[in-house]
Amino acid sequence: MPPVMPEVSPEQTAAAAHAPAVRQLLFQYVLQLADTSLVLGHRLSEWCGHGPVLEQDLALANIALDLLGETRSLYQYAAALEGRGRTEDDLAYLRSATEYRNPLLVEQPNGDFAHTVARQFLFDNFHYHLLLALKDGPDAHLAAIAEKSVKEAAYHLKWSSEWVIRLGDGTAESRQRLDRALATLWRYAAELTAPTATEAALQAMGLLPDYDDLAPAMQAHQARVLAEATVPVPTVAPFAQKGGKEGRHSEHLGYLLAELQYVQRAYPGLTW
Amino acid sequence: MSQSEWPLWEVFIRSKQGLDHKHVGSLHAADATMAVQNARDVYTRRLEGVSIWVVESAHIHASNPDEAAEFFDPAADKVYRHPTFYDVPDSIKHM
Repeated sequence: MPPVMPEVSPEQTAAAAHAPAVRQLLFQYVLQLADTSLVLGHRLSEWCGHGPVLEQDLALANIALDLLGETRSLYQYAAALEGRGRTEDDLAYLRSATEYRNPLLVEQPNGDFAHTVARQFLFDNFHYHLLLALKDGPDAHLAAIAEKSVKEAAYHLKWSSEWVIRLGDGTAESRQRLDRALATLWRYAAELTAPTATEAALQAMGLLPDYDDLAPAMQAHQARVLAEATVPVPTVAPFAQKGGKEGRHSEHLGYLLAELQYVQRAYPGLTW
Repeated sequence: MSQSEWPLWEVFIRSKQGLDHKHVGSLHAADATMAVQNARDVYTRRLEGVSIWVVESAHIHASNPDEAAEFFDPAADKVYRHPTFYDVPDSIKHM
């Protein structure tokens, strides 16, 4: 009988195209992207059943599901890049908070609806423009994931921009809540485009877009939306917070992961 | 939250195969832009459509169910209003 050849996944084929050292860097980066989408998706899913109106409850759940879909593709690729036999589930469920690589912004609690909208707007504006660049990037597998996700991200950005405008230019109360949310969350925005050592190394190799190249489009969109919302652009980032992408998280992530990972931790290997 | 309710909108979706927009339900939204987006989120999650129309429910004027008898019953016994009621003579071609 001929030997059974082990099946090679598209992710493994894509991973094999890179030299081991590059593969390790890409693993770190793809993991960071996956953690980011998973944590934000989980946060948004906390709204399920609690949305201000049924229509927005569904909109938030839709965005959460989009992010979860992106998360799975990214973890699958990350697992192949790592090449140590871990699966997407292992990466999501069996790593501690200090091993998570998401920026601090996405782990921040939902707060009120304005707080969630503001967090989403800051993230979407980065996410959309990043995916736009990644989909034309040199890593074909990452480009394929980005190409699928960028359409979703375009809608997310439309949704959150629309709500920033409505809340900012809405009632006195909605404006006050949006102002408060932006004042709180602004300090976390800079981390999104502050490259870590891993990101800088990949940028130097041309595998990642230079974040300075994304800045003009991001700033233009942000300025347009805030102007329409009649909200002045916060000029300084007071006490800019970062470190999440290197595993230094706020206290909130531990609680989030405790809930997200509970079943797999309590019943290892459980499936249904 | 403001105490006032958002107005109600009727949603019409055209499916990929369909030629006409069909009524699928209703939703609440503050204005037309939000109504279209809400319709996208509520009614097209399972690939139901490729085009959305929304109309504020207040702009739809309906017949009165109490007048159904005088509105619709008289048509019931007028079969001669259907072309199939008439026998077409054999000499008439292309009918």
